Amino acid sequence: MRNLAIRNLVIGTGIPVLLLVAWWFLSANSADPFFPPLETILLRFQELWLFDHFQSDVLLSLGNLFLGFAIAAVAGVALGFATALVPPVRWMIDPLIHFLRGIPPVALVPIFISLIGFGTQMRVTSIALAAFFPTMIATVDGIRSVSNDLMDVARVYRLSRKERVLNVLLPAAMPQIFSGLQVSLQVAFIVMIASEMLGSSQGIGAMTLLAQQSFMAADMWAGILLLGVIGFLVNILFGLLRGKVLSWYIGSRRLARAA
Amino acid sequence: MSIRQAPALTTHNRKSTMAQQPETRVSATTPRLHVAHLAKTYGSGGKARTVIEDLTFTVDAGEVVCIVGPSGVGKTTLLKCLAGLQPASSGTAAIDGRTISGPPPEMALVFQDYNRSLMPWLTVRKNLVLPLRHLKLPAAELKERCDSALAAVGLSHADNQYPWQLSGGMQQRVAIARALAYRPEILIMDEPFASVDAQTRFDLEDLCLKIRKDFNMTILVVTHDIDEAVYLADRVVVLGSRPARVLRVVEVDLPAPRDQITTRSLPEFARQRTDVLSLIKRPA
Repeated sequence: MRNLAIRNLVIGTGIPVLLLVAWWFLSANSADPFFPPLETILLRFQELWLFDHFQSDVLLSLGNLFLGFAIAAVAGVALGFATALVPPVRWMIDPLIHFLRGIPPVALVPIFISLIGFGTQMRVTSIALAAFFPTMIATVDGIRSVSNDLMDVARVYRLSRKERVLNVLLPAAMPQIFSGLQVSLQVAFIVMIASEMLGSSQGIGAMTLLAQQSFMAADMWAGILLLGVIGFLVNILFGLLRGKVLSWYIGSRRLARAA
Repeated sequence: MSIRQAPALTTHNRKSTMAQQPETRVSATTPRLHVAHLAKTYGSGGKARTVIEDLTFTVDAGEVVCIVGPSGVGKTTLLKCLAGLQPASSGTAAIDGRTISGPPPEMALVFQDYNRSLMPWLTVRKNLVLPLRHLKLPAAELKERCDSALAAVGLSHADNQYPWQLSGGMQQRVAIARALAYRPEILIMDEPFASVDAQTRFDLEDLCLKIRKDFNMTILVVTHDIDEAVYLADRVVVLGSRPARVLRVVEVDLPAPRDQITTRSLPEFARQRTDVLSLIKRPA
């Protein structure tokens, strides 16, 4: 079991490292203006992001991402609960939700630019709105699939309504809520970059697009590399959080598979 | 003398808190639980399906009553009506003369499927605590209730484990411990031992009798196992199927204390189980 985990870790980290090494050597003598050597890209990466534009652009992007995602997560879970538990709310917003979720999130950005302008507000709103749907829909599904037996237990032992929501429904739906949050996080990341590319002069997305438009290929690649690194780290953080909150679920699943 | 009397007194005090005001209980002639002409029909019009038709039986205080019947007879529906989870279509179920219209505070229910009745995100102890939170007990009493309930089912060592880390029999004991910590006066169990192995089943049956003795509870057990019903019960309510109705109430007069080996080998035991079995086997 332990050996297997170590083997997986070696393969998991070995392959990307191998690809980087291959990139480094294959691109070493590249004269193609669009595919500069990795060495040049890394140099620009260091100059741009460590730490010249770190505060003005990287932190700004990350701040928007987390604020937008946090709003989406809280609103998604809250409205998911309202939709699942209060029938009139469901009748009112169910059709609307299914209409809105069909629109690609990025397509909303131009609307927000016209409505709110180019500022931070616009970007956070775009991220929050786009990231809201996956969490909300997963929350509704999660609550609906809580077993009737569990709810019968809650009623027989006369749990209050508040206890039923916070101590039974919420934890029982948590695995599905987290699946929704995972998708929301990805959507938030996409919309963060798109909103910067479409309507901003600041942020990682704006810098990357600007580099491409001014034929600074190394800067463009450096921006993309940074996005990759951020996406990777954010996912690891999310995984850690999930592992902490859902340790019971992960543990029980592992045991069920082993049996 | 006074030294010898002291423990007896403690036991008495403890019992009275377990059973919560035994003095106010209605006189012995009034049954604790009274089901009268209870019926349950799902749907209406042409699609109506009558699951229970006119059930009448009683359970006296401190009695163990078993309900047996063929599978699919509507035993679980009956329990849901008794627990106030579903309204009866007609007739009544009453505790001490009060009609049950929602989950009664003096009742606890042990569900058939321990797998889906324990909260998998809570440890064993926290599963016990959850139903007690709204009672706003002092911390010391909360702890004492959980400790003694876990000790009663022999799971004191497992209180920090999660239910899914335990065997099926242990999980069902957790479900029973949760009911005990709640200190109900009436304990209802829905095929509680159906999905555990034979040895565990015997242990849990004896646990059930021990609970009745120690905690002075009134216990109603639904089962499809006739041997189990005869072994456990003071009376067996035999149900006939489709729709459910009472075929007969059989008085079980086996001597106490009951024992898995000696009681089950009594000729009287064989005669009684044959009685019940022939009632069920007979075509309706």
